[in-house]
Order: sequence, then structure tokens, then C-alpha cells
Amino acid sequence: MFRRLPEVAGDAIPFTIDGRPASARAGDSVAAALLANGVTTCRNTPVSGAPRGPYCMMGVCFDCLVTIDGTGNRQGCQVRVAPGMAVETQDGKREVER
Amino acid sequence: MTQPNRGGEYDVAIVGGGLVGSALAWGLARSGQRVVVLDEGDIAVRPSRGNFALVWVQGKGLGMPEYAGWTKQSSDDWAGFAGLLRDQTGIDVAFRRPGGFMPALSEEDLQARANAMMRLHNQPDMIRYPYEVMDRETLRRELPVIGPEVVGGTYCPLDGHCNSLRLLRTLHTGIGLLGVDYRPNHRVERIERRDGGFRLATAGGEIGAGKVVLAAGHDSARLAPMVGLSAPVRPQRGHIIVTEKTAPFLHHPTGYVRQTDEGGVMIGDSFEEAGFDTTLQPGVSSAIAARAIRMFPLLGRLNVVRSWAALRVLTPDGFPIYEQSATAPGAFVVTCHSGVTLAANHALTLAPLIAAGDLGDRFKVFSARRFHVPQAA
Repeated sequence: MFRRLPEVAGDAIPFTIDGRPASARAGDSVAAALLANGVTTCRNTPVSGAPRGPYCMMGVCFDCLVTIDGTGNRQGCQVRVAPGMAVETQDGKREVER
Repeated sequence: MTQPNRGGEYDVAIVGGGLVGSALAWGLARSGQRVVVLDEGDIAVRPSRGNFALVWVQGKGLGMPEYAGWTKQSSDDWAGFAGLLRDQTGIDVAFRRPGGFMPALSEEDLQARANAMMRLHNQPDMIRYPYEVMDRETLRRELPVIGPEVVGGTYCPLDGHCNSLRLLRTLHTGIGLLGVDYRPNHRVERIERRDGGFRLATAGGEIGAGKVVLAAGHDSARLAPMVGLSAPVRPQRGHIIVTEKTAPFLHHPTGYVRQTDEGGVMIGDSFEEAGFDTTLQPGVSSAIAARAIRMFPLLGRLNVVRSWAALRVLTPDGFPIYEQSATAPGAFVVTCHSGVTLAANHALTLAPLIAAGDLGDRFKVFSARRFHVPQAA
């Protein structure tokens, strides 16, 4: 669905999505890296269970919430991917202990 | 949808469309009355949109045992009330009564709570109900998420909670289905007795009704003297913080913290005398958040998504006023600060009495005359 612009450079950053190896580019936000890796649904909403994916990409819509390195409900568009980062999609409500 | 009453004549005009007014409207309409609700607009001072949603019994009524009994009755009737609303509207207001806790952060606090519960239950004419004073270990078996500073707490199996925003919406849906005429932007300016009934001059025109019920919250203080009643209420501010939604981990409501049916955690219970100012005070928010984290350290991990301040409707002694006017019979005042807890009573018990035109002896103790003693003496 999403393709990278051909002129964008940057080192490859290894990370994981739900435990599977994935690759981002240096400077990518988690939300951008998810889309670039073909993950367009990053969570289901806590009340109705409707699927959601990154939308505004600028910190406003809160639709890109994911679990990052064990902490739930992080805004994927506001966090840069770091080497080895563990990103997990969320099904329903966040657990308070993670 | 509501069918407008073209003649503008009603059996009962209720002033106020919050939780108290809409619960009464629902009960009165079920009793066969033609009802109009005269409400203000969206920017009205409206505690019904700001409250904490407890259906709470524990500790209430020290100084007025009749209020403790009245509260217990509403708690006992709440499940049936929620069932009637669900059958009528299809909406579940998420009433649960798992029992509630008041965790204590010091031995002094725990002892003070235990003493207050004992004094409450030692009052003459008190309808006693079960409660327990728990030490830390007993409390921790019931509420494993308490922090290391919690020394114990009190528990009452009658305490519960609901989704109070959904309750307000459901009552409005329900009164619509019952044919109640709901009129927003009808602030009442004057009330006069005429031809055995009442004429109400409002921002939206004149309304006539056989009876009038003042359920206008803070504005009842202004309106009550127009019909020979008094409602000496004052605003008391309380702050509330709401966290993001999380999977259920707090299975009982407490007086300060509760997890809602949808997963968010509400943190509250500040008491401030600040007039009608609903500006958020960061110092107060910080204080209630810090206390909540001492009780439940897990809360420190959660993001806050909303916070607000709302205004309790308080009488001088904190107990409700239920009274029919002696000089203008047919005019009633109903005011309390527990519009959620008492909603079942207002809908199922009080409304039929208002429809019949006589509150009876049971409600004499709730008359505002109790505040006039010094003047009479």
C-alpha cells in the first residue's frame, strides 16, 4: 500500500513487529515504519474492537497507539524507531502492567 | 421523538434536565403525568455531566439516619431501575454493585473511618447495613493492587457504580419515549401561581402546569423563593482525572478511584469552596493524582486523557431537600448532591408521590425548615 520515495536515504534499522524481524530507515517514526512494513492495522479499539491504523502522523489522532518495548498505548508517530526496538500491535485495551 | 404539547399545558413542569430532573420526569411520566422539562442550554452549570458515577452507601447519613436509609433503599432498587431503563431504551447504564472500599493511608485515617461507621450505625432509627473494617492483609486479598502505604480500609457490599453519562443520556431517551416534552434553552425567569396552577415565564416563552418541581441544582436557590420554598445550596468544587482505557484490574469502586465499565480509571474526591469557578487547579489535580498513586501504584503507569472540575450542589448539612411548598401547594423542591445514587429513588419512589401531590410524613425530615431553626429561636 505504501512505498518509500526513491530518493530517501538512511541506514537500515532492525526492529521487530509482534516478534517478527522488520526493517526501518534511520529517522522513521514507528508509525511510518509500520506502514512501510505493510502493517496498516496497529490496534483494535478498547470498547468496540474496531480496527485502527496510523492516520494523522503528527500526534493528534491517537489512532497509531502501539506497545513499544513493553509500554502500551504509545503514539507510534511520536517515537523514532531504535535498533532492536520491540513494537507490538494492540488488541483491545492496554494492560495496566505493560 | 418528543411530541410538543401545543397547548403548553402540563400536569407537571420540571425545572432542570440533569440527573435529578430527568429521573423525576421519567418517573412522573410513567405515573401517567403530562410532563414538560424546562432546561437551560449546553453551557449551563451542569454537575450531571461532571460527576464520579458512584452509587454509594458507605458512610452516608451521619447526623441524619433517615438519609442513610433513603440511600440504602436507592442502592437496593438500582438494579431493578437499570433493568427498566434497559428494557425501555435498549441501553445498559453499566450498573454494578460489587461492594466498595475506602482504603486508608494511615492508622489514624483508618481509625477515624471505623469510628465514623460505628457512630453512624449507633444512631437511633438507623437502618443498619453490613460493612467491615479490614486490616491490610484482609484488604489485600480483596484488592490485590493496593500500594505498600495502604494500612487497611472499610468495605461495604452495598456500594457500586454505573456509567453516569450514559445514565443521563438513557433517561433523556426514556423520557422522550414516554412523551415528555423536553425543552432546552428554557431558563425559567419567574414562577407565578395562577388559577390553581403555575405560570412559568421562560427564555422560550410562557409555560403552564398544574404542579412545578424545582430540580434545577444550583439555580434552585434562586427559584425556590418564588414559590414559598427555600433551597440554600452552594457549589463545592471537585476535580476529576480520567486515564486511558486499560484492561480491568480494579474490580471494586473506591471513594477516590474507580475503573469504569469501558476501562478508563477515574480519580477524584477533592473538596474546594471556590464559588462557581470551574477552572482546573493544577495543584489540586496533582494532589489527588499523588494520593491515588499511593493507594494504587500501578496508576502511575497510565496516561491521563482528560481532567475537569465540577460543582457539587450542597446544602448546609450536605443532606437533600425534599419539600412541598406550604404557601404554594403543588410546588416542590428536590435537591441533592447524589443524583446518581438517588436516581432510582427519585424515579421509582419520589416521582409517584409528587404525582399524587403529597410526600407524606417520611419526607418531613428533609424539609429545608431544618435550616431555619436559629431564626425561629
